[in-house]
Amino acid sequence: MDRVKVISNRFFLPGLLLFILILLTTMPLFVQPYVVILLTTIIMYIILTLSWSIFSGPTRYISLASAAFFGVGVYVSAMLGQVLPLPVVIAVGGLVSLMLALFIGLLTLRLRGMYFIIFTFGVSELIRHFLLWWETNFTGTVGRWVVAVDHTTVYYVMLIIFMMALLAAYLVRRSKFGLALQSIGEYEEAAVHIGINVTILKTLTFALSAFFMGAAGAIMATRWTYIDPQIAFNPLFSFMPVLMAIFGGIGQLYGPVLGATIFALLEEVLTTEFPYYYMLLFGIILIAVILFLPGGLVGLIQRWRRGGLEG
Amino acid sequence: MGGIYALIAVGLSLQYGVGRVLNISHGEFIMIGAFATFSLYTVFGISPLVSLVICGPVLFIIGFLIHRTLFQYLRGTSESEGAFADSSLLASFGLLFIIQNIALIIWKADIRGYSYLDSSVSIFGALFSANRLVALLFAVGISLAFYLFLTRARLGKAIRAAAEDPGTAQVMGVNIHRVLAICFGLGALMAGFAGVLISMMYEMQPTMGLEYTIIAIIVVVLGGLGSITGSLIGGFILGLIGSIVTYFDAGLSLIAYYVIFILLLLVRPTGIFGK
Repeated sequence: MDRVKVISNRFFLPGLLLFILILLTTMPLFVQPYVVILLTTIIMYIILTLSWSIFSGPTRYISLASAAFFGVGVYVSAMLGQVLPLPVVIAVGGLVSLMLALFIGLLTLRLRGMYFIIFTFGVSELIRHFLLWWETNFTGTVGRWVVAVDHTTVYYVMLIIFMMALLAAYLVRRSKFGLALQSIGEYEEAAVHIGINVTILKTLTFALSAFFMGAAGAIMATRWTYIDPQIAFNPLFSFMPVLMAIFGGIGQLYGPVLGATIFALLEEVLTTEFPYYYMLLFGIILIAVILFLPGGLVGLIQRWRRGGLEG
Repeated sequence: MGGIYALIAVGLSLQYGVGRVLNISHGEFIMIGAFATFSLYTVFGISPLVSLVICGPVLFIIGFLIHRTLFQYLRGTSESEGAFADSSLLASFGLLFIIQNIALIIWKADIRGYSYLDSSVSIFGALFSANRLVALLFAVGISLAFYLFLTRARLGKAIRAAAEDPGTAQVMGVNIHRVLAICFGLGALMAGFAGVLISMMYEMQPTMGLEYTIIAIIVVVLGGLGSITGSLIGGFILGLIGSIVTYFDAGLSLIAYYVIFILLLLVRPTGIFGK
């Protein structure tokens, strides 16, 4: 019984993955532009959620700084978009976010639990308000224009970043690195005692996750064409990944991906179908999930699978 | 402003320090208080000071019921304290969306305001606007009354006991679920009071809640997580700093809050009065 399951899994999962990837790559050829734009947004959320869970999943340090990293990417794109080619802009966006994460990581080493959550949120809000103040007082204009890129290119770039993030998340999980992160989440003191350099590990992983967020921000800016600090550093970009990851379930790699996809789709449907009530419905769904699906969608799937095997 | 910050922060501190619910929807209760006052004043001509007595208890009951149903259930199903803190944080986000949307349906997205006691009063040669003075007096009065309640009344002692150690408090005969629900209700009540007072001075809109929640979180950290006295004093300190910074450049006040907040977290994460 077990062997059958292992074999079928070995072929089934990569096959499914390959199928989805091929489908996603060829998608722009046969669907309407609207779908491509929608998919871009969904993939953006997946990237944010996935990279959030690279760090926060195993370590259980809930970071609310996603908006900061995303926004930094957006602003790099706005400032360098005219002078540098697109791939360089995206790489720089990712790298600047990475540096910021290294800096925040080194600062916050002593903080844990609720303090870490509040601190990361404070940092991203500080950047937002500072930029807002700076732009009104020194630049004179609150917003900026970004060089526009056509939808299909944005889509493909987003898809590439997504694959890179997925690969990184997978490798981190499978490596010694990921195991060490897991042990930090389980019991940090013990992790220190068995010789894990907790500080460097946490900071590096935090930086890695920030890189993808920054890159996603840099490409997203070109789709928005107009940005200001309120758009780029919107606190929702900090909250959404957390909600989506928990909605999907943090335990498995596909949890955040699934959570982000369904959540983003749900948001799209609710905003278009019920523009006046969508937040209400959204809130109700959120509370219902927390009450009745504590393990997220992954928990539900696992329970269903186990039930299926027993029956 | 300091007095109002203190009120908001004490409310959040009650909910977090005692009930372990970091209530992100705290600001929404402020918003409801402000809008309810606005409607009562413009439609029925009821004075905002009378609204205090109406909004407070109503919000208390709403808060009490929310805790009794939602958070008590979550508390029962969560494996650990940490898991409960996470899931209640998320649930309060859900509440935020729901309350804000209901407010948007009732009051629309416009910025509202009314004028009440819009004259200025001179004290020792300095000019103050009357509504701010009244708000300050009420904020200080409510804070003092609440402080006395916590230290002197039987229920206040039960609340403090529950904050120290819920398990032991329960063994000692404190009905923990009731006390926690009362704390949550009191938090909503404080937010409602603050909302009523804010509506006398500032304009309002249904999305204003989150900003106040964030200020409340800053104040609570400033005073020390879980310390209610700390939140009271922290509120006044932050209000004072805010006024000084606003005097130089109004745009910088929020930035100043965050800088103070981040420095504080780095230097002394337990807050000024934390253990």
